[in-house]
Amino acid sequence: MGEMEQLRKEAESLKDQIIVARKGFADTTLQEAVAGTAVVSRVQLKTRKTLRGHLAKIYAMHWGAGLTQCVSASQDGKLIVWDTLSTNKVNAIPLKSSWVMTCAYAPSGNLVACGGLDNMCSIYNLKGKDGNVKVMRELASHTGYLSCCRFVSDSEIITSSGDCTCILWDIETGTEKTIFAGHLGDCMSLGVAPDFKSFISGACDYTAKHWDIRDGNCTHTLSGHESDVNAIGFFPNGNGILTGSDDATCKLYDLRSDQELITYQDATIMCGVTSLAPSLSGRLLLAGYDDFNVNIWDALKAERVGVLAGHDNRVSCIGVSSDGMACCTGSWDSFLKIWN
Amino acid sequence: MAQGHQSGVGIADPDDDSPNMIVFRKIEDVVSRLQDEKEGGVAIRTVKSFLSKIPSVAAGSDIVQWLMKHLSIEETVEAVHLGSLIAAHGYFFPISDHVLTLKDDGTFYRFQSPYFWPSNCWEPENTDYAIYLCKRTMQNKARLELADYEAENLARLQRAFARKWEFIFMQAEAQVKIDRKKDKVERKILDSQERAFWDVHRPVPGCVNTTDMDIRKCRRERNPQRVKKSVYGVTEESQSQSSQPPSQPCRTSTKEDVRKEISFLNTQLDRHCMKMSKVAESLIGYTEQFMEYDPFVTPTEPSNPWISDDTTFWDIEARDPHQHRVKRWSFSLEEALKDPAGRDQFLKFLESEFSSENLRFWLAVQDLKRRPQQDVCVRAQEIWQEFLAEGAPSSINLDSHSYERTSHNIKDPGRYSFEDAQEHIFQLMKSDSYSRFLRSSTYQDLLLARKKPPPESEQGRRTSLEKFTRSMGKSLTGKRLTGLMQSS
Repeated sequence: MGEMEQLRKEAESLKDQIIVARKGFADTTLQEAVAGTAVVSRVQLKTRKTLRGHLAKIYAMHWGAGLTQCVSASQDGKLIVWDTLSTNKVNAIPLKSSWVMTCAYAPSGNLVACGGLDNMCSIYNLKGKDGNVKVMRELASHTGYLSCCRFVSDSEIITSSGDCTCILWDIETGTEKTIFAGHLGDCMSLGVAPDFKSFISGACDYTAKHWDIRDGNCTHTLSGHESDVNAIGFFPNGNGILTGSDDATCKLYDLRSDQELITYQDATIMCGVTSLAPSLSGRLLLAGYDDFNVNIWDALKAERVGVLAGHDNRVSCIGVSSDGMACCTGSWDSFLKIWN
Repeated sequence: MAQGHQSGVGIADPDDDSPNMIVFRKIEDVVSRLQDEKEGGVAIRTVKSFLSKIPSVAAGSDIVQWLMKHLSIEETVEAVHLGSLIAAHGYFFPISDHVLTLKDDGTFYRFQSPYFWPSNCWEPENTDYAIYLCKRTMQNKARLELADYEAENLARLQRAFARKWEFIFMQAEAQVKIDRKKDKVERKILDSQERAFWDVHRPVPGCVNTTDMDIRKCRRERNPQRVKKSVYGVTEESQSQSSQPPSQPCRTSTKEDVRKEISFLNTQLDRHCMKMSKVAESLIGYTEQFMEYDPFVTPTEPSNPWISDDTTFWDIEARDPHQHRVKRWSFSLEEALKDPAGRDQFLKFLESEFSSENLRFWLAVQDLKRRPQQDVCVRAQEIWQEFLAEGAPSSINLDSHSYERTSHNIKDPGRYSFEDAQEHIFQLMKSDSYSRFLRSSTYQDLLLARKKPPPESEQGRRTSLEKFTRSMGKSLTGKRLTGLMQSS
């Protein structure tokens, strides 16, 4: 036991050293730096479209790289690809397992993926020869539920799981290329960097981790949250990381300074954050909460500048389209809404 | 009705740090302050109504006012939303409705007994619910009559528990006996609290069930070994055990884990970090630069496709890159390459200078990284031959270090064989050809829109033509109209 004690002591001492070193770089806080900047004016987005069709809780949605298409997954066992402008369903894909928790749209627009309690990530080809959408691959090796998946390209996909790991898969062969282990709790969500060279994951160990896709290493571990990190996303500049947690706060971290920059919280917000998405410039942070609302934050000033109220149940997922023109929210009330 | 122990009520088990508990504790703090009349809580009083008195109620508007004052909420809508959230979890309830929301008017609300608070981890069984509904039918009071949905539920439960209905009936009778012994006023209050409890756990159809849990959190939510407690103190074998699988214990650290952690911490310590002021500066700069491109901050011209159902905005964008969009290419090489139009223009410019091999190499490597695994080897070889081999047709200029590393990598070709080379070429383009591109007449023409008139004036002309034709009225035939439009 002596060695374990020594190792632990060493780790603790390093942590203390890091705290001291960090203080040296903290010559100001984000709050002080933006003291002179004005808060953005009140943001009022309205529901422009309501996408009806799911029959049960919607757990996830993801915009395609195009301008109007998105995919959503619901516990009614369906994956639906929508043309959000016309509200038409482009594809309605029945799933083998109805306990789906995540879905993703490939940047090319050719593939969609989903997964959940079946511990697998199923890839579907939308552009099959005969027009039918079929399962192309079933990526199975996780020993826990599939909480999130995101395409790197048509050849590779990253998944996060309740088994505390993330995996980079080769879709063609259906094999695992890299396993990213290190989290001490269920991985709840992940986000891929704008340059596709790294990704971030949020987990139930209250931390977020930044990983290098190529060498499989965790380069940063960001802590500060007091409960599960449910939602995570890159700030558009690729250096900032946004997280949302069950402790009812969102945080912005920066990879270059390896610390937390600011916390988005309010005494009247008591419910956990389920999902988040930055606006195109990053100036606004849209976060979905368990209390059925989406709160819009001025990301630099950490003040609430808007609310999207319209769902009758928890907002489970949110996304901003690729040109930043629209925001889509999905809820346990079985509807998706497009706002701008 | 079994009251159970009052001690420890509302105080969460310290081990039970589940996500819901965090919310409950926050709400309970607010609710305790709400009821605390000594500390400025809301007025709870007995109200006279016709021939009877309504004990222990507060008005909805009072609750809303209190929330606005004590939680510094500026807008009524927000306070009502928060209050409805608290009501939906059953912490206070309207005395004459099953629907748990807060209204900003004279509606009367009563506070729930801490015994029934959600933080006590209630997961009441259907047997308890059956006993409750059965008990209600035994009481001859109009106000306690079952609602339609409750009557339906009761009928369903009677079918489901047909074989043990006698037992349920007896339990219900026993509960009625206990209730009868209580003081009238106390009974009114307790009955309403009990009803509110069931409104949370068996909500009115159409109402949100706040006890619904995210299936991802279910496993860790409660200690599944804990025996489920009955509201009415019923303990019997048929009380089903939790159907949740035993929770996986959180991984405990091994020596290997700690060693890895130490190595990670060392890397962190050695890592050069950017000063906070620089980070803040860069963040502010980035958002400022892109805010004019952010449709949520700066409204778009001409129109928002989702409002007008008109895709002109995108059609125009696709045809000719607008000045606004061209300006974005000057922010950084990354931005220019992100935009397909920017990429094309930059490539065209380089081709005109006969120096496009760098960009073509960069694009080829980007494409290589997205190829299926089986194509990677061949494609990598092709790239080597085209750009880097001796006598390559599109020879690029690499420093000797990168060249050495790449020629080593190419012996075992993979997706990342050209990472170093690509990075080097990118920096080269950034410092050399990119800046020349921005100064070039091709780019400047696009930026200042010298070549073509901006699309707005075209649209503007059409609109004024429409106005003209409308004012002419019916005297214009279809043919003449078209002729007019074609000539413009």
